[in-house]
Amino acid sequence: MAGKIKINTERCKGCGLCITVCPKNGIVLSKHPNKHGYFPAQANNHDCNGCAACATICPDVVIEVSREVNIVEVKEIKKQNCGIKTKINY
Amino acid sequence: MCGNEALSEAAIIAGLDAYFGYPITPQNEITAYMSRRMPEQGKVFVQSESELAAINMVFGASATGKRSMTTSSSPGISLMQEGISYLAGAELPAVVVNVMRGGPGLGNISPSQGDYFQATRGGGHGDYKTIVIAPSSVQELADSMSRAFDLADIYRMTVLILADGILGQMMEPVVLDKKPKPPLPAKDWALTGAKQRPQNIVRSLWLKDGALEKLNYKLQEKYRQVQKNETRCEQYMVDDADIVIVAYGIVARIAISAVNKARQEGIKAGLIRPITLWPFPTEQIDKASEELRIFLVVEMSCGQMVDDVKLAIAGKSPVVFHGRPGGGVPSVDEILEKIRQLTVRNSV
Amino acid sequence: MKTVFKRTPSLKDTQTHYCPGCGHGLAHRLLAEAIDELGIHDRTIGIAPVGCAVLAYDYLDVDMIEVAHGRAPAVATGMKRTNPDKIIFSYQGDGDLAAIGTAEIIHAAHRAEQITVIFINNAVFGMTGGQMAPTTLLGQVTTTTPQGRQSNGQGFPLQISELLAILPGAIYVERCSVYNPAQISNTKKAIKHAFELQMNGAKGLSLVEVLSPCPTYWHMSPARSMEWIEKEMTKVFPLGKLKDIA
Repeated sequence: MAGKIKINTERCKGCGLCITVCPKNGIVLSKHPNKHGYFPAQANNHDCNGCAACATICPDVVIEVSREVNIVEVKEIKKQNCGIKTKINY
Repeated sequence: MCGNEALSEAAIIAGLDAYFGYPITPQNEITAYMSRRMPEQGKVFVQSESELAAINMVFGASATGKRSMTTSSSPGISLMQEGISYLAGAELPAVVVNVMRGGPGLGNISPSQGDYFQATRGGGHGDYKTIVIAPSSVQELADSMSRAFDLADIYRMTVLILADGILGQMMEPVVLDKKPKPPLPAKDWALTGAKQRPQNIVRSLWLKDGALEKLNYKLQEKYRQVQKNETRCEQYMVDDADIVIVAYGIVARIAISAVNKARQEGIKAGLIRPITLWPFPTEQIDKASEELRIFLVVEMSCGQMVDDVKLAIAGKSPVVFHGRPGGGVPSVDEILEKIRQLTVRNSV
Repeated sequence: MKTVFKRTPSLKDTQTHYCPGCGHGLAHRLLAEAIDELGIHDRTIGIAPVGCAVLAYDYLDVDMIEVAHGRAPAVATGMKRTNPDKIIFSYQGDGDLAAIGTAEIIHAAHRAEQITVIFINNAVFGMTGGQMAPTTLLGQVTTTTPQGRQSNGQGFPLQISELLAILPGAIYVERCSVYNPAQISNTKKAIKHAFELQMNGAKGLSLVEVLSPCPTYWHMSPARSMEWIEKEMTKVFPLGKLKDIA
């Protein structure tokens, strides 16, 4: 398992866009509504590789993505403090 | 200097950072003058695509704490009403000059005072006021510019200078006051980039329950302060006058000649000249009307300020109106004749 | 494990009022990321339009101003001219920019104002309940085109970016979209490029048009809306760089 996502379920509006772009079908809509009454996205991170496609398309920026990275990439991340890293090398 | 150029130079001396204008007679000398002088000062001049854009450019410059101004004439000022309402709602300082011309519609390019209601009641939407200053000489026009910028900054309001075609075009000697003014309080609300401070927001949208109502009460309190501190009015030979003319701007100049001529004929006439049309000198007129006198309101319109005079007098003394709309200019003799008629009627 | 994607500081950590699947949320994020990655937060001033994004100042943590409908380019002119060192951007919707504000955007470009315009094209008036916008497609049903937009009497979809690209004062005009992660990354590149032009004092206006979903008033699911952009909107509003003289 090289990656993991964390979804702020209270903030998610259940739009489902993340589901449509996850290459591993690793996200489903939860059966339990959040306090706003939306059915938030829910990750089952069984083989997530941290590609962050879900976070990229999320209009409410509720997904945080983390990933096991090699040394080269750590320097890259330090330079850009946020957002999607253009150079993703596994 | 002609009025248009005098007010322009006075604005530059007052520290104008940006002028935005659009061509319209009878104030074209201003845009021409500014297009030459502002770049010379390293300041901003933009000829906009419409008066509507011009007032919004003022909105932008003012929001960043800069002194900005636009000028136009009646039809152009009508296009600016939305912007002026937004300036009031966002509590931004701005100076606008209306060199009034004959209306309604395209009207003509002769002088007029037909925009009084628009200026003092507000032609835009919502409960708001603008400070309205009506100079009656080129000197006073120049002097009122720096005062306008100071008032705008102090009260974070729009100050409207109400001139007219004559005042703009006529030439008179002018002494430009170049003395530096005391610095005004810093504009910490201005948009300068949120560096080591939380973001500033300039807005006029208040959706939360009761928020806009609160904003309105805040504005009204501000307007009361302005009314208390900034009302200006000039009185000429009113103390023993039987007939008091109430007139502003260029008409007041004409009225003074009529008063002097009447005095020579033994008629005790006087003049009250409101300098700020908003806040209107209600108290001064009220006080003057405690003794039984006839008030003759003279305007270059079908009668607008006359309403405010009536409100101030509240029936204590008779108020008579004489007006010349659509670019008509009352003559001295015309007013003198009116005074004579009132004197006859008064003595019968 | 290293965090590789998280909220950027200039995007406030708060719930937005936008509908589920609305493109504004994406555009706000890209804008905030561009501002932070270019390090211009301290001197950026943003203009919020009248439209769904009028509350952009609740989400973007830079100095912001909210202006009359359609007047943003004129306000931006007033700001930039008097503050050439600041980075000024206006964030506008299709009604704001291509309907009531057409004169303002054309003349801002015509005068080569050195500002950046982020133009969200979602083919409807969102805030007011889904009316026809100048960019509404032919046949598209809105609350003011109940039988679908007809060209006779309701005009054609307005390709405002093409209109602006021919003006010498417009130095960079690109139409992007957000219908998939690749498009989103391209949109971010375009926004950063537009800001970089302004940072370098390039003499002219930069505009990035973003085809953006409005599930609520397209009466589609968010996923379906993204498809509709890809298949339908791009036919009328082709993606790509319309101009980049820098």
